[in-house]
Amino acid sequence: MAEEKKVYTRTKGIIEGAVSGFCPGCMHSTIHKIIGEAAEELGQLDNLVRVEGVGCCGLGQFYVTCDETIAAHGRAGAVATGIKRSSPNSLVYTYQGDGDLAAIGLAETMSAANRGENFTVIFVNNGIYGMTGGQMAPTTLVGMKSTTTPGGRNPEEHGYPMHMSEILNQLTAPYYIERVSCDTPQHVIAARKAIKKAFQYQLDGKGYSIVEIVTSCPTNWGLDPLKSLDFLREKMFEEYPLGVFRDEGKKLK
Amino acid sequence: MARIEITTEACKSCSYCVISCPKQCIEISDKVNSKGYLYAASVRPEDCIGCAMCAQICPESAIEVWR
Ligand SMILES: Cc1ncc(C[n+]2csc(CCOP(=O)(O)OP(=O)(O)O)c2C)c(N)n1
Ligand code: SF4
Ligand code: SF4
Ligand code: SF4
Ligand SMILES: [Mg+2]
Repeated sequence: MAEEKKVYTRTKGIIEGAVSGFCPGCMHSTIHKIIGEAAEELGQLDNLVRVEGVGCCGLGQFYVTCDETIAAHGRAGAVATGIKRSSPNSLVYTYQGDGDLAAIGLAETMSAANRGENFTVIFVNNGIYGMTGGQMAPTTLVGMKSTTTPGGRNPEEHGYPMHMSEILNQLTAPYYIERVSCDTPQHVIAARKAIKKAFQYQLDGKGYSIVEIVTSCPTNWGLDPLKSLDFLREKMFEEYPLGVFRDEGKKLK
Repeated sequence: MARIEITTEACKSCSYCVISCPKQCIEISDKVNSKGYLYAASVRPEDCIGCAMCAQICPESAIEVWR
């Protein structure tokens, strides 16, 4: 019998023995895992710098092995700009929720993208403010209940969901924009590939990349993990279709 | 023979591995870890093909795979 080989090992991008602080079924932890794996595959774990937004991603500070700092709420794009410009050889990424990136941080998000800053944005869109107990985010679906829209989001009063990948795709400077998810093993693999590609573009000096991950918040959606997957696929993917919006690297030959 | 190892202390009982295994060889057990979660366990291990789908989907990086 052939000797057995280890074919899947926990990434060194996550602290050995650490248990995440995220809720059961929350894909924040999946995303932390695949960021570690992508950086590891590129041999960049020791060169990785994380700029954390404010939200449930804050739990990641006790979970990842890379250097990191936490930006004031929404300002990760500005902080990452400073870090990347002063340490251009570091592999810098921001990790931001939809409240952080698309509400309070909208100006910093747009400005950094518009300047084509050479860092990578990991944007976790779960359609809600998870950390603070489930308030409406700019990405909350029409009709979706939150603590601040107890009757469901009403566009006349609260506006419509904002599609950040599509909005950023209106700018000239961004190099790579893709929307992925983590609801199946296949999607997890594709999401890791997208993050790895974005990291590689940054290492090649190509400029601004954003990988939007459409995900869930089982706790504040009030659904168990498996039911949250159904909602994600039936409702979130309809509003936020997965796919590549821009890949300048593909155009070159 | 392929096999998996589950770090039961990291498991949060989400069942994502259970629904992702093409061979139905993971189930949520009736045993509780120190955090209070009923953790996932390998069943019918002889059916495991080492595809690592369970490990890919596991949010908690709780599964490692040998083949
Ligand atoms: C200046 C400021 N305003 C408000 C808050 C409260 N606050 C903390 S996290 C958060 C929103 C988090 O939502 P999101 O970015 O979507 O992250 P999630 O927890 O859903 O991953 C808010 C409003 C704060 N910490 N700082
Ligand atoms: S509150 Fe929501 S986003 Fe935050 S860890 Fe729990 S499930 Fe994840
Ligand atoms: S490696 Fe594949 S077959 Fe084995 S338990 Fe995991 S998902 Fe099932
Ligand atoms: S996917 Fe991971 S955390 Fe979820 S039940 Fe399986 S082993 Fe536990
Ligand atoms: Mg959110």
